Amino acid sequence: MSWSRLFRRRYWDEERARELDAYLEIETSDNIARGMSLEEARYAARRKLGNPLLIREEIYRMNSIGFLETLWNDLRFGTRQLRMSPGFAIVAILSLALGIGANTAIFQLIDAVRLRTLPVKNPSGLAEIKIADRHWLSGSVTSRHPEVTYPLFDQIRERQQGFSAISAWSDDRFNLALGGPARYAQGLYVSGDFFHVLGVQPVAGRLFTPADDRRGCGTSGAVISYSFWQREFAGDRAAIGKKITLDDHPFEIIGVTSADFSGIEVGRSFDIAIPICAEPVDRGEDSRLDRRDGWWLAVIGRLKPNWSLAQASAHMRALSSSLLETTIPPTYRAEQVKRYLEYRFGAFPAGTGLSSLRDDYEEPLWMLLAIAGLVLLIACANLANLMLARAGAREREIAVRLAMGASRSRLIRQLLAESALLAVAGAALGALLAQSLSQFLVAFLSTSNDPLFVDLHLDLRVFAFTAGLAILTCLIFGLMPVLRATRTLPAAVLKSSGRGLTATRERFGMRRILVVSQVALSLVLLVGALLFTGSLRNLLTLDAGFRQDGILIAQLDFSRLNLAKDRREPFKQEMLDRIRAIPGVQSAAEASIIPGTGDFWNDFIWIEGSQAPKAVSFFSRVTPSYFATLGTPILAGRDISDHDMPASPPVAVVNEAFLTRILNGRSPLGRVLHVVVGAGEPAESYEIVGVVKNTKYGDLREEFRPIAFVAEAQNAKPDQFSNVVVRSSLALGPLVSAEKTALARISPDIGVDFHVFKTDLWNSLLRDRLMATLAGFFGALAVLLATIGLYGVMSYMVVRRTNEIGIRMALGAGRPEVIRIILRETGILLGIGGVIGTALALVAGRAAASMLFNLRPYDPPTLAIAIVTLGTVALAASFFPALRAARMDPMNALRDE
Amino acid sequence: MPKRDAPPLQGDLIQGTLDMLVLQTLVLGPAHGHTIAYAIEHRSEDVLQVEHGSLYPALHRLEDRGWIASFWGTSENNRKARYYRLTPAGRKQLAQQTSRWDQLVRAINCVLRPAG
Repeated sequence: MSWSRLFRRRYWDEERARELDAYLEIETSDNIARGMSLEEARYAARRKLGNPLLIREEIYRMNSIGFLETLWNDLRFGTRQLRMSPGFAIVAILSLALGIGANTAIFQLIDAVRLRTLPVKNPSGLAEIKIADRHWLSGSVTSRHPEVTYPLFDQIRERQQGFSAISAWSDDRFNLALGGPARYAQGLYVSGDFFHVLGVQPVAGRLFTPADDRRGCGTSGAVISYSFWQREFAGDRAAIGKKITLDDHPFEIIGVTSADFSGIEVGRSFDIAIPICAEPVDRGEDSRLDRRDGWWLAVIGRLKPNWSLAQASAHMRALSSSLLETTIPPTYRAEQVKRYLEYRFGAFPAGTGLSSLRDDYEEPLWMLLAIAGLVLLIACANLANLMLARAGAREREIAVRLAMGASRSRLIRQLLAESALLAVAGAALGALLAQSLSQFLVAFLSTSNDPLFVDLHLDLRVFAFTAGLAILTCLIFGLMPVLRATRTLPAAVLKSSGRGLTATRERFGMRRILVVSQVALSLVLLVGALLFTGSLRNLLTLDAGFRQDGILIAQLDFSRLNLAKDRREPFKQEMLDRIRAIPGVQSAAEASIIPGTGDFWNDFIWIEGSQAPKAVSFFSRVTPSYFATLGTPILAGRDISDHDMPASPPVAVVNEAFLTRILNGRSPLGRVLHVVVGAGEPAESYEIVGVVKNTKYGDLREEFRPIAFVAEAQNAKPDQFSNVVVRSSLALGPLVSAEKTALARISPDIGVDFHVFKTDLWNSLLRDRLMATLAGFFGALAVLLATIGLYGVMSYMVVRRTNEIGIRMALGAGRPEVIRIILRETGILLGIGGVIGTALALVAGRAAASMLFNLRPYDPPTLAIAIVTLGTVALAASFFPALRAARMDPMNALRDE
Repeated sequence: MPKRDAPPLQGDLIQGTLDMLVLQTLVLGPAHGHTIAYAIEHRSEDVLQVEHGSLYPALHRLEDRGWIASFWGTSENNRKARYYRLTPAGRKQLAQQTSRWDQLVRAINCVLRPAG
């Protein structure tokens, strides 16, 4: 069959019609010549030829592709059907688009952070080398992936055999500004082989080689990312060779990575990479390079072709002891060394990159996908209900067609085409919607301090997911009503004059099942929504032990001044005094650890005169009035005061948790706590002079930890950074500029970065906010959808039972009784749905347990609120149909037959 | 009208045989559907009863394959009719089909009447 004929079927049909007419004419005139009358001749000619219509039809069919032809017809028929009820079509398409859009958006995120492999050469050959099941860690821990120390990496690189090359890397941020307000770029430290291991190519200049990563390389070269190159240099090739200032040190730009490489960490992008050998230049005395207890690097390697991941992992495991024995940190005490030597290395797949984002959000994202999936299911149930109603309205038409010999499969195909149209339109719109939704999700999770970069481009997996959803939804809401509609016996339908009392009992049962499942599912989602919002509320209203409002934190960096150690404390004091002098500042103090930032400092301690074993306490170094600034009440003893100077005995203020956990309730004041120190280190001990109320330390979710606050002024090893906590009645803008001016007057070289305490704490609850917001939204949506479904079914039922209700009323039933009948029906559906939903919610709740704060998944009040809410809304929704039934005039109702 | 005493064989016509017959009819020169139908009937001494209507889909198919071509012409008694003629491809096809048919007939004959 040629394509031209397919598209010119009409022309060919007319051609053939003319040809057949010509035959008839010739045959007729021949017949007349044979002696027949005209009438007879025509009749005979027709008989000789056969049915011209059938012949034309046969030829027409030859010109078309049968399947396509019927499909095309079905789709056109479906479009016509939908156009006849645009309201239904719009509601159906929009609800599908919402459901499919939400699912696709969440899946897109999962795809981007979890499933997709890195855009590098042969990602499946990459493996991460790290300590497996590490439960214990001691020393200086920095960076997002503190897997190994540099000395350990050195050993691994020297001894491993399973990898053709391995490389270490770490993240950092570099200040591009020269003093004053900081301007940060996302940085990477990489070993020389990094880009080689990943197989990343430069688009300009060159990338690092091992020759770039040599000890003492100073401020060598820097490789920048494509997006940074575009942003800062507008993609100019002259950028190569230019100097860029990172934390005050000039680095020469030697190359730009290819456009698709945004870094090894999924969820983050990098701007600038510098060799690991440059770390001592950047960090100065805080360098971690040679520290055997400095955990800051992650290791990635490319497997040799003939090595499997399991072999490489076993090999690393076998090497562990020798690697560890040569790198024992000298600061470790005997028991720490014992634990250190128990570490075992392993190799882990790294083709999808590493990601702290993934670690944090994978579980919530899968949970959100499940929630969104349930919402889509509820929406499908609504659509199925609507389709059932439509099929009911077309019952007679379908019966007539069946009676006239239409095959059931053909009818099913035709009716399914309508659902397919809805599903495809909904999916297309949903896919569009998903683009904005996923952007919104990323923006939601991204903060100015912690910018996220998620590559959301559509790939085959996302496309397949959306297409799969479309097919699935189409089958769910389309197939069932259609199967049901075509199963009816034509004779029965044609015989029944209208709505009977029992004829459609079965179909009505199907609608009940749909509503019951909607009620059950929406109850699950409502419970989930209440749990997650309740958990967030618990976090927001908990007593953290400090005030969160009106606190501004200034992170100061005066390393550019290169002050000698003994001049640093007086300098810090001077900065603090200047800030305190700003009119409107109520109080200001310094603290080495700001709660909620995730920074921490802990040590083993023991209490003088106590037989109790050593315990872990957390520490923070603070100045006087720190507690006053944060509004933390002092419960006993005194605050750290201006008299606690280096020459006087070191003092500490401890919190309640310290009392209960470490002192076991013994009187604290006057006791001395000793920090366990390594061999050869100076002794460290503090006299406890006061007790404060419990405060959160790392984040808001944690339990109160034992904390010892020690005096900043008594710090023997002051660094060149300072966090100043300011409480003020000034508005944010004037306060920030006043502080900037005050600091610039001391020295323009002081770097400063401002944080609003409350905002930082709020941002630390991102995960909980995400779950509460989205679960809340989906829960509300689910209840709405289920209510609409219930309303629809109850209205339908009232119409179906008009007759029966009319008879009841004629027999003397009053309005209240009619309403009761209808509401009892709702009550039964709600009851069954509620029981199933409660059971499901209890099962599903377990999956959410780890994400909840101070709330059990089987929280009875939450469950009760959910049931009452859903029940009230649902009863209200069915009250209107009930009222309509009660207002019926029994005479009309009976005549309606 | 099909004759009742000579049972028509059309149901038994082997797939593609009608095509061969049509092509063979056109060897003598262009003809329209009516002529072709009667020609097949007559030349088979009325054994092969082609329902005239069924000829047209066959003509359509053959034209589609490029074995015959069509044009509008005037019939012997001055009526417009669609004429068909054999194309070179159709001639080649006819030769092929004929030889295959001969082979088939020979083979069947060999089985039915073994050379004694």
